[in-house]
Amino acid sequence: MTYVNAVVQGVLLGGLYALLASGLSLMFGVMRLVNLAHGALAVLAAYGAYEVVRVAGWHPLLALAVVVPAMAALGYALQRLVLNRALEIGPLSPLLATFGLAIVVESLLLERFSADTRALDIGALGTASVRLSERVSVGLLPLLTFAVGVTAVAGLQWYLFRTRGGRTMRATSEDHEAAQLMGVDDRHVYAVATATALALVAVAGVFLGMRTTFAPTAGAATLLFAFEAVVIGGLGSLWGTLAGGMVLGVAQLVGAAVSPGYGILTGHVVFLLVLAFRPRGLMPRAVTA
Amino acid sequence: MNVPAPVRADMYGARSGTPVRVRRGTAASYVGGVALAAVVVALGFGPYLVSRGAQVQLVLLFTYVLMGTMWNLLAGYGGMVSVGQQAFIGIGGYGLVYLADIVGVSPFVAVPLAALVCGGLAWLASFLVFRLVGGYFAIGTWVVAEVVRLLTIQVDTVGAGSGISLRAWSVYTPVYRIAYVYWLSLVAMVVAVLAVYLLMRSRVGLGLTAVRDEPTAASSLGVQVTRAKRIVFVVAAIGCGLAGGVIASNTLRVQPDSIFSVSYSAIMIFIVVIGGIGTIEGPILGAVVFYVLEQQLADLGAWYLIILGAVAILFTVTLPRGLWGLVTRGRLRLFPVGYELRR
Repeated sequence: MTYVNAVVQGVLLGGLYALLASGLSLMFGVMRLVNLAHGALAVLAAYGAYEVVRVAGWHPLLALAVVVPAMAALGYALQRLVLNRALEIGPLSPLLATFGLAIVVESLLLERFSADTRALDIGALGTASVRLSERVSVGLLPLLTFAVGVTAVAGLQWYLFRTRGGRTMRATSEDHEAAQLMGVDDRHVYAVATATALALVAVAGVFLGMRTTFAPTAGAATLLFAFEAVVIGGLGSLWGTLAGGMVLGVAQLVGAAVSPGYGILTGHVVFLLVLAFRPRGLMPRAVTA
Repeated sequence: MNVPAPVRADMYGARSGTPVRVRRGTAASYVGGVALAAVVVALGFGPYLVSRGAQVQLVLLFTYVLMGTMWNLLAGYGGMVSVGQQAFIGIGGYGLVYLADIVGVSPFVAVPLAALVCGGLAWLASFLVFRLVGGYFAIGTWVVAEVVRLLTIQVDTVGAGSGISLRAWSVYTPVYRIAYVYWLSLVAMVVAVLAVYLLMRSRVGLGLTAVRDEPTAASSLGVQVTRAKRIVFVVAAIGCGLAGGVIASNTLRVQPDSIFSVSYSAIMIFIVVIGGIGTIEGPILGAVVFYVLEQQLADLGAWYLIILGAVAILFTVTLPRGLWGLVTRGRLRLFPVGYELRR
């Protein structure tokens, strides 16, 4: 029964990973930029919520109202001031710049909050649960996280394929010079994509912080999980990313059920197996979004 | 950077009568080469000249040059940004402990042997990580490094999570031990720099330069892109394995969270970005600059890393050719890997 429970919890955890991964996937899809600071920024958002809770005394869910716009603004500025320049220099530059950013963010958090782990106090939400059967019950928070993850993926999918802004983004992704000729300001489109990605990562970071304790160094693992969800699911497919997140979540929690030390390792091994035997992922797409 | 095609002198000069000469070295590179050789010889006398504390510090500097050179080979010449080279640093260090203390091989043999193991593992790993390109390759190598770290933690023979001490060097008195490790690291550094220099002057290097400048054209001209990249990945792993062996010999202890730390990748990236990517001289200069900065800023705690990260971002977007490019403007080459046409 431990295993059934682990699978159910793993599927729900997949929602969080999909939420984390969607921002990474969006930036890669629109400008072929892999943001190595993605995990560090998620942790930054968790600390942002921690500060809002501490100063204003709000519930962490309410803190989203402050943290999400702040992270989106940071994303817009980051793209405009740093990443657009890096993209012009060459393919390696954005990687070097975002890796530098990851170090800066992590060290700033270390300087401000020390290496101690923190937690977001979520009150009754932490203990509330829904009983599925005699022996399997699901916490309300994992369920909510999963719902938010699915909504985010669906919303992003809708935005990219059903709205004018999304169409502009896809056009810029396919051929930014042709898009420019049609009157699209590609630098602005890129900045909007990064702002959206950071808004998503802010939501993910706050939910991550409500789920477990966090420390400034948590960014690295967060980045790896998001990336694994993307690759397991198949590059460029948002629903694939959700499936990839679930596979990763199940692998981690079933592994941890076997032995606590094996959880994360099992996740990595499943990722490597997918890379070895199904390198295009579970739901490959011919064209990346 | 423009890289001339591999022309032979007689194709242009001798037959048509126009006095065009093709050459690799310039006056500056001969003078600079002799000067560098003199520096290396002088460094060889280090243990007779400087204190043991200074030798331990110089070993650190040599390791930075070695690591920076290897990362530049990967990114600057191979176009592969790896954030997982700490895997090979760790395997080099743990390999030394295992081979020297548990199997009983001399540490002088164990260090290069562990480095060769790194090369073999890199060859195997390349078949997985080469399925990812660009930034996803970077994170993929990081996952591999994490897997190696998590597996190491499970092995009780090498001390699991708490690590293990290196005893093999203890048969020598400290004076000799420190001098031997010093020479070992000096040799490792010189061999690594020369290996990259010779590799880049070879056919493989020419192909890599072509791939970097225009991958499709290079591929259509018959450059075996994947093979060249695989060679680079393996050589870089061997170099990082050597660095790991030297690091373990210098600190006499390996511990998973420290020797498999991603901060080694951060150091390598910083050295290459500051010094100048895509040149052999850049990482050497970058390593010296990083070493000095580390000494100066070590007291600042977390601010030290904040400054390093900010400087790396600033260099990436404003000075992509690093300090070496800024100082020489591409005119001076101590290690001539290209060709030059002169009338």
